[in-house]
Amino acid sequence: MNFFSVDNPKRFLKLIIVVFTALIIGLGLLVSPAQADSVGEEFDHAVLGNVKIKGEPIGGVRIVVEGPSYTAETVTADDGSWLIGVPTKDTYSVTLDQNTLPEGIAVLEGGASQEVDLGLSDRVVKNFFIGQGDRNVVSFFDQFIARLIYGINFGLMLGLASVGLSLVFGTTGLSNFAHGEMVTFGAVAALILGVVLEVPIWVAIPAAVLISAGFGWSLDAGLWKPLRKKGLGIVQLMIISIGLSLTVRYVIQFFIGGGTEQLPGFDSPKINLFGSVALSVNDLYSMGISIVAILGFAIWLLKTNTGKATRAISDNPDLAAASGIDVDKVVRLVWIISAALAGLSGVLWAYFRPGIKWDMGTQILLLIFAAVTLGGLGTAFGALIGALIVGILVETSSLFIPSDLKYVGALVVLIGVLLFRPQGLMGRKQRVG
Amino acid sequence: MDWGTIINNTLAGLLTPTTIAFALAALGLAMHFGFAGLLNFGIAGFMAIGAYGYAISVLTFGFPWWGGMIVGIIGSILFAILLGVPTLRLRGDYLAIVTIAAAEIVRLLFLTTAFTDVTGSADGLFGYNNAGGFTDANPFPPGSYGWGPWTYNSETLWVLTFGLGVLAVCVWFLWALMRSPWGRVIKGIREDEEAIRALGKNVFAYKLQALIIGGIFGGMGGIVYAAFANVSPGVYVTSITFFIWTSLLLGGAATIWGPVIGAVIFWTLQAFLSNVLPELALAGILPMTGIQAATLRYVLVGIGLMLLVIYRPQGIFGDKRELTFVK
Amino acid sequence: MSNNDAPQKSTGLHIGEAKPGCKKTDPMLVIDHVKKSFGGLTAVDVDHLEIPKNAITALIGPNGAGKTTLFNLLTGFDTPDTGAWEFMGTSLSGVPSYKVAQLGQVRTFQLTKALSLLTVLDNMKLGAKNQVGESIFRALFPGSWRKQDAEIEVKALELLKRFKLDTKKADFAASLSGGQRKLLEMARALMTDPVLVMLDEPMAGVNPALTQSLLGHVLDLKKEGMTVLFVEHDMHMVRHIADWVVVMAEGKVVAEGPPETVMNEQAVIDAYLGAHQDTDLGVVTGRISIIDEEKDK
Repeated sequence: MNFFSVDNPKRFLKLIIVVFTALIIGLGLLVSPAQADSVGEEFDHAVLGNVKIKGEPIGGVRIVVEGPSYTAETVTADDGSWLIGVPTKDTYSVTLDQNTLPEGIAVLEGGASQEVDLGLSDRVVKNFFIGQGDRNVVSFFDQFIARLIYGINFGLMLGLASVGLSLVFGTTGLSNFAHGEMVTFGAVAALILGVVLEVPIWVAIPAAVLISAGFGWSLDAGLWKPLRKKGLGIVQLMIISIGLSLTVRYVIQFFIGGGTEQLPGFDSPKINLFGSVALSVNDLYSMGISIVAILGFAIWLLKTNTGKATRAISDNPDLAAASGIDVDKVVRLVWIISAALAGLSGVLWAYFRPGIKWDMGTQILLLIFAAVTLGGLGTAFGALIGALIVGILVETSSLFIPSDLKYVGALVVLIGVLLFRPQGLMGRKQRVG
Repeated sequence: MDWGTIINNTLAGLLTPTTIAFALAALGLAMHFGFAGLLNFGIAGFMAIGAYGYAISVLTFGFPWWGGMIVGIIGSILFAILLGVPTLRLRGDYLAIVTIAAAEIVRLLFLTTAFTDVTGSADGLFGYNNAGGFTDANPFPPGSYGWGPWTYNSETLWVLTFGLGVLAVCVWFLWALMRSPWGRVIKGIREDEEAIRALGKNVFAYKLQALIIGGIFGGMGGIVYAAFANVSPGVYVTSITFFIWTSLLLGGAATIWGPVIGAVIFWTLQAFLSNVLPELALAGILPMTGIQAATLRYVLVGIGLMLLVIYRPQGIFGDKRELTFVK
Repeated sequence: MSNNDAPQKSTGLHIGEAKPGCKKTDPMLVIDHVKKSFGGLTAVDVDHLEIPKNAITALIGPNGAGKTTLFNLLTGFDTPDTGAWEFMGTSLSGVPSYKVAQLGQVRTFQLTKALSLLTVLDNMKLGAKNQVGESIFRALFPGSWRKQDAEIEVKALELLKRFKLDTKKADFAASLSGGQRKLLEMARALMTDPVLVMLDEPMAGVNPALTQSLLGHVLDLKKEGMTVLFVEHDMHMVRHIADWVVVMAEGKVVAEGPPETVMNEQAVIDAYLGAHQDTDLGVVTGRISIIDEEKDK
């Protein structure tokens, strides 16, 4: 029975809605006049400055402040002044968008993007030395390539987290809303080992992954398997996973508080690769580790018996059970691997942001869902591809839309996929309605 | 241990505008999930649209307060239609994901600095109660009313009365609808859409109507909250949606009074815990800091939700025989 | 209607020879060139088929013949790749299932859809058509729908009595036995005042004691002027009450005609049996071995 009716009016209406949403965002960009010169005043700290040339103020110049999980921008007022409030005393990068400077004017010293540190005071001033000169305008293409690479880095990390969620869905039918917390858990485990217990970081990280795996094991053994045996419906299980998400999230906050912690070595030097692409040493390690982990996972899924059994169960649980596969054992293994990969992804996410916060996993939960849905709920490789696409989309979208809306793009993709192609890129077309 | 203050604050939590706002949101969710079986995890989005619709029409467009509130309601209706038309045929857990995503998009749009002139972005909006004349419409002369823990100044009393009035109307609305033949069809749809279609009912239209009605209740919840406090995107996060779900399940998802009682109990418990736990910590009875004690109450919410769904999914007033999501 | 009377069979239903696609004297449903494929498999490929009015037509065939698919296509629960079909002169292609139901067709399901979480009486009341109270605006004003609701309740109780479910009216449908739920589904279908009743394997999962009762109810439908089309596997039942039989195999109609003649047709025997040429079709397909054939003679 096919309930995925292809009525023309309905399809058209859906298209209208997607276009409508895009228009709203686009219109907003046109409508927002360049008048906001100060932003984020509710925060205790701020970065501020003045843009002047030869004593003459320049209004309408765009300034962007980026820091750990906080991005804001503003435009200089007519007197050249600007102020951006920031939530925490961290290091921020302040970028002057040279495209908003008048013709022939550029930043002369220090580069268009500079760092400030609020370590000692509540407010820091950052002025740019500008004057006649050739701006080292980064071409759009170069920026795009840079964003693409960052997107791939982010996407690989997201992929590690997404694969687990997809497999859990494929084998048990559960949309696990607590998956974000498994990501946070890995980062926190690394934090406790590496910082509190001062274990060397190259031991702490694998240990954190192992502890995450243990966490996954205990969740299945203590919670999910008994509930499955009890015969609870998927909606009930989903709501329980939401309760679990709340619990774990706040337990983590209980132990590490509301601030941001850092793993050792988070501040690694940047290496200029080519063009305007500069990756830090950590980024390179992260990409390398992600790729190795993904390859290892792929070998497991394709070559080993348990991997094949997992795919069989995702495809057809009843048939798999009937052909002698111990479904419970395989599901247990899936939970362990899912948690281990999520934990690893959490460690990498901690280096990427950089910073560990109690709700860091929750922040990317919807992105993970977007990746998994895009790739196809229940597929492993689909989840990876979906994650790469989401990662690239999120990073490159900040070239076109305001940076604080960059997650919206991924969310729109999530909704769009469920509307137009619910089986995702690689899933089988099954009933979704 | 200052039990006097703890009890006082707890009892006060029984009747605050916040409690009423969440009772309204829970009522909306009862319509969506309890009666129509729609897994709406974006109820916070409806609240946000109601609240911002009210505040923005007053501040940016100069509407009077009641006009602004009507705009908030219309906004909720439009959001319900926008959300519902493409997604109502999706399977349950897919609908859950779509509604969470939609509510997040709404929140991010209100948070972004791109629209800050109209939305105030992270700062939010305030002053609209005065600008729109809601404060002036207060019929109670200045003074102190009530007694004991339920003492209010005239402004809060006005919001409370207004909120209670709206709540009463909405509860009546829901009750009247669900005992009518329309309600019967909705309950049938909740269990088995195809059977209802085979009997000649336009299932899609009914689901959309249920989504709209529940959306209006949620929007009103946002408006009542806005009338009391300020409008800020930090309120309408997914955690709020989860708290509303907890309130609903606690009271009884498919009942009329369940959402209201559930919300009251939930927020009173929150008031109690947020007072008692830090005190216990400071008194050394609990081996933790005051801040940790405050975090503990959310941990208890999470655990409570899990236990509720596992052991008593019908909540306090619900009938287990009537629940569709319980196998 | 006592269960032991031999049912009155309708005759003179067809024009010309009784072969697949033959015209009927008074067709209720006319199907033309309907095709439906799933992937590479053609599930249904019917050139022409007419269902006679005020008669009981059985749609039979081996598993995988396409009977339920055709059923779903005719009732709007599925869309064909090509084809047109008319119900009492009105074209139904592209009409959604709920509208088809409003036009006077009603169907039951192979896996009974008694709404377990509602009471038996509520189940019945849901069936009634054109209820004022089902419109959201008028639902709020009980004055506008109370009277109609009371009338519907009277009708529901009458039907429940006829199906011997009246004592259960306040129970949740979940507490009914499987057979009682079948009866409830049929009774509920009758609340819609249909002209064409389509039953998808009404005998499936019903214990033998209840079968006679169900058969009797189906015959009553014809007595009250309705047309019945049912899908079944049980050839004894088909022989007992059907006026006309349509045999499907591999998506096509391979034979049509009155039950006695159809069962002897080579095409039908081939479709069902393959190797078991000598065995009575009824024995091969029958789930119950006893409906006394002597009585029919």
